Amino acid sequence: KQMTVRDALNSALDDELARDDRVFILGEEVAQYDGAYKVSRGLWKKYGDKRVIDTPITEMGFAGIAVGAAMAGLRPVCEFMTWNFSMQAIDHIINSAAKTFYMSAGAVNVPIVFRGPNGAASGVAAQHSQCFAAWYAHCPGLKVLSPYDAEDARGLLKSAIRDPDPVVFLENELVYGTAFPVADNVADKDFLVPIGKAKVMRPGKDITLVAHSKAVETSLLAAAELAKKGIEAEVINLRSIRPLDTATIFASVRKTHHLVTVENGWPQHGVGAEICARIMEDQTFFELDAPVWRCAGVDVPMPYAKTLEAHALPRVQDLVEATLKVLGGKVGKAAAANK
Amino acid sequence: YATEATVQVNRPFKLHRLDEGPATEVKLTKDQALKYYTQMQTIRRLETAAGNLYKEKIIRGFCHLYSGQEACAVGMKAAMRDVDNIISAYRVHGWTYLMGVSPSGVLAELTGVQGGCARGKGGSMHMYAPNFYGGNGIVGAQVPLGAGVGLACKYKGNGGMCLALYGDGAANQGQVFEAYNMAYLWKLPVIFVCENNNYGMGTSSERASCNTDYYTRGDALPGIWVDGMDVLAVRSATEFAINYVNTHGPLVMETNTYRYSGHSMSDPGTSYRTREEIQEVRQKRDPITSFKELCIELGLITTDEVKAIDLKVRKEVDEATAFAKSDAELGVSHLWTDVYSNNLEPKLRGTIAYDIDHIQERKGVNH
Repeated sequence: KQMTVRDALNSALDDELARDDRVFILGEEVAQYDGAYKVSRGLWKKYGDKRVIDTPITEMGFAGIAVGAAMAGLRPVCEFMTWNFSMQAIDHIINSAAKTFYMSAGAVNVPIVFRGPNGAASGVAAQHSQCFAAWYAHCPGLKVLSPYDAEDARGLLKSAIRDPDPVVFLENELVYGTAFPVADNVADKDFLVPIGKAKVMRPGKDITLVAHSKAVETSLLAAAELAKKGIEAEVINLRSIRPLDTATIFASVRKTHHLVTVENGWPQHGVGAEICARIMEDQTFFELDAPVWRCAGVDVPMPYAKTLEAHALPRVQDLVEATLKVLGGKVGKAAAANK
Repeated sequence: YATEATVQVNRPFKLHRLDEGPATEVKLTKDQALKYYTQMQTIRRLETAAGNLYKEKIIRGFCHLYSGQEACAVGMKAAMRDVDNIISAYRVHGWTYLMGVSPSGVLAELTGVQGGCARGKGGSMHMYAPNFYGGNGIVGAQVPLGAGVGLACKYKGNGGMCLALYGDGAANQGQVFEAYNMAYLWKLPVIFVCENNNYGMGTSSERASCNTDYYTRGDALPGIWVDGMDVLAVRSATEFAINYVNTHGPLVMETNTYRYSGHSMSDPGTSYRTREEIQEVRQKRDPITSFKELCIELGLITTDEVKAIDLKVRKEVDEATAFAKSDAELGVSHLWTDVYSNNLEPKLRGTIAYDIDHIQERKGVNH
């Protein structure tokens, strides 16, 4: 059975709108236009003006209105046409949504989901191609999710909408149309993916590749390449950036003793950097046979030109190279010797 | 002595895009007179106590006093119904008290002790109560939040609305206009209240705003200008606004007022305005003195009753001050209480390690 990420998100929204009257969607073009990326397709027709609300192009205003509605008992799903535009509204995400529960000493929690496409898109240059995982994951009070495939998208979005805290939900435009195989139960009304748990996408014993969002795909492709060289890479899909499932990462490192982090965001203070620090501070550090290595987006604003753009993100060959560097050739040689 | 009187609002309302305005002839009962006087006097006393605690270095950080502006809050509260909500900026000690927190709950929050209404975690700008969505420390942010509270009222169909308060300084924030725009389009039950005290920190309204008629700045939104030093005028305007908003959609209300203190405790408030200006307002337009004199003149309150209220308020605030000084801060373990309504982090990070268990004491009203 196959499901596209777009259908996964759309059906998740549909389920939760039907399940809970307090849930509503607002954002630019979410209603009559059917969503800029068609994620909310058909929902306005089904649920009407009250539940699916088109806003003017005023992120700061409508994000604030959404947070206020959440404080007063509703469950808004606030769509940013892309996360790049959330910069206009970041004050409401952090100062209004993330901090209110703590500032009010536990009196007012803010159940809201901010969602939209995140990360590098295709051919849209610097202002429209950026990953915000590290930005938002920095902030206590927020939960930050970064789904990769259809199962992630559907199960995590439903969990996010039911969660009593503010959730930043980072989708990836480039996979909206991609169909992924899903198990039968993924379509169930109560199918949920728990927040804060990573998923091992491919088991392996030689090295761990830990990634999120579309970088999971790059990692899986790299693992297939490495397999040809006799290297068995374990691929972890983080799913959740905050909370960060260090237990799954550490367990994998205890098995493989080698780790490469993979992300399309910038390297400095990034998700990979955080994972490195977590390992350094844990007993897991002593399980490592080589330093952890980061594969990340190149430390430049995203260029427009096709070739430059392709080189701005970690590619399969980059992951293979990083893996071989971390392994120091020993696994490949050993595997070759065994043949 | 009278038990009820009819009063003419002194300074006329100004209207923007409205054919009719608030009632200029208003009724005042003895009970109301006693209540409003007590409330305004309590706010004044609370702020005086806060100012003193600040000077004693018991209150830390920011502390913005409301002295001079009491008639705005008391007048609005007098018109509000149980279903109505408010959200304001950072000058909210008085509002917190009006929305049900005791004077000791307010002062204890200011001194950062556990008996504070946010247990000492919020401080001066972050106080909450039922139907009161806080103080907000980010200038202008509370305006779209208030529109969102209004959206929730309309969505739930509970007949309530939200008063979203901001100052003349915040009135120039872009998000204020974004909120006006959407509130108008969606007919949200919101009263946008610009408390114009003439200065955004030390910048006079003339130096900050191309149009200082804040009640006209909603463009398509109708507006009312009201004398914010007159509690009965504010009450009348708010009653009108509540009725209007329920049937027509949002409206802007400017309350013209004045703050006696500086912007915050670190501002003596005299470099950008003259002492004479402050003295003149105190002598001629003080909201409490003028209301007291009016009530005595109307025979609604006796000077003895005034004295009794003053004594009672002083005693209450003195006791609250003593409590705020003597109560203890939360134990250090409360540093990591209630970060999430549903915490999923196995350990929170202390300064050197992930060695802290998150403590869940409360779930929040929207869990």
